[in-house]
Amino acid sequence: MGQTLSVRQLEAWYGSNKTLKGINMEVASNHVTAIIGPSGCGKSTFVRCINRMHETMPGTKVKGEIILDGKSIYDQDPVALRKMVGMVFQKPNPFPSMSIYENVVAGVRLNGMRNKQNLQGIAEKSLRMAALWDEVKDRLNYSGMSLSGGQQQRLCIARALAVEPSVLLMDEPASALDPIATTHIEELVRQLKEDYTILIVTHNMQQAARIADSTAFFLNGELVEHGATSEIFTNPNDKRTEDYITGRFG
Amino acid sequence: MNDYFRKYKNLMMLTVFIGATIIALIPLFGVLGYVVKNGLSALNLQFFVNLPKAMGLPGGGMANAIAGTLIMVLIASALGIPIGILAAIYLTEYDRHSWLSTAVRFATDVLTGIPSIIVGIVIYTAVVLKMGNFSALAGGLSLAVIMIPLIIRSTEEMLKLVSHSIREAGFALGISKAKTILKIVLPTAAKGIITGAMLAVARVAGETAPLLFTALGNQYWSRSLNEPTASLPVQIFQYATSPYKEWHQLAWAGSLVLILMVITLNLVARYAFRSKSI
Repeated sequence: MGQTLSVRQLEAWYGSNKTLKGINMEVASNHVTAIIGPSGCGKSTFVRCINRMHETMPGTKVKGEIILDGKSIYDQDPVALRKMVGMVFQKPNPFPSMSIYENVVAGVRLNGMRNKQNLQGIAEKSLRMAALWDEVKDRLNYSGMSLSGGQQQRLCIARALAVEPSVLLMDEPASALDPIATTHIEELVRQLKEDYTILIVTHNMQQAARIADSTAFFLNGELVEHGATSEIFTNPNDKRTEDYITGRFG
Repeated sequence: MNDYFRKYKNLMMLTVFIGATIIALIPLFGVLGYVVKNGLSALNLQFFVNLPKAMGLPGGGMANAIAGTLIMVLIASALGIPIGILAAIYLTEYDRHSWLSTAVRFATDVLTGIPSIIVGIVIYTAVVLKMGNFSALAGGLSLAVIMIPLIIRSTEEMLKLVSHSIREAGFALGISKAKTILKIVLPTAAKGIITGAMLAVARVAGETAPLLFTALGNQYWSRSLNEPTASLPVQIFQYATSPYKEWHQLAWAGSLVLILMVITLNLVARYAFRSKSI
């Protein structure tokens, strides 16, 4: 099941550069929430704060509160938190030294699961959820790098799902892919919201309109507007949102 | 006219490049050819199984020196490879930008350039004099000291080649930093790290100066690691500077064996672990 997230007064810095300036936002469970906005507006930083990846970079700082399932994420161990908040990156990044199978179960296996039968079950379930099983079931021992870009990205999604998170963060997951692979990923996102709370950063506004239940528009480190996708795209409250989605800037 | 001049200059430069390459290759092939020519005639089975014999007796060999070299290189590898790799992991993965890692990196660069005889003198003073005798242990230790900076630098370079996104993918799965490094980053860089380690082994296998001060040499089998121990480079040095023609022959044979060992290690490092992907 997905979990709700509430973000309160979130501020984040890269060195002296303040990239998030007090974000307040509620993220509904089992919804797809799209984050849109021009480059450098803080969308990626925002999702990277939710699984505390932002802090892993040297010279960064965070202030504020993010509540997941009633508990502040900053009171939790970041390594444990990341098992509940999975992430898919912009560029597919399968582990080069591992086979397809090893990639999928990497998260659970390196955290101590040894039982072969369980691992195989998890691998099949995750690959099915990521709509990749039929394409790879006969070559699970091949290198993950042998797959096409779109398949690699679905492998990375399967790898994230295998850990059974409740929230899935996707940082422009389709921006490095061709249109057919993108359609696959979008279809997948629509299905996954049954079980997960999904935040997806995207540069592609049509993509946000196609898959997101609600959309948040970021600009210069601030959350300008957040609402139902249909509202944001047809009848935005803020002039800046309208200017952005009609292509007047960005 | 201009066009003609440009082509002429082009040809001139090409001639210069080819000439320089040939001049650079003459000593290289000269050395190899000379060693093979002189070594091959002295090389036989006895060389590999017999001990050195007193002057005038036929059938002397360098079995103890070959074994000594292998043992000391083994000791050096057992010490140097893990220490070098682990230190490189610390420098790249945990502390890339601090003053400490900058200082360590500078020190390793200086150490790679230090004449090996200085390492020998230091180990002689610090270990041989304290323990009271020359030994394979001191010899292996001095080779390890030469190896460590080489391995740190090559491992560091290989780890830096592993994309940061691979590490992030590990962290994002809730895998701890140590496990991400050991189980994901290290295997990704493994081929390059092994290649670097083997080249470092090849480099120290031929070191003479540090062993003169630490392992000394031995005409017989060493019964323990705590005794003076023969090694190919030192044996070659002693035989080659002796006045006897037979010993000169043995020194050539030893040189050939040493060169073959180093070439083999180089070839294995280059081809067996050459990475196929990425």
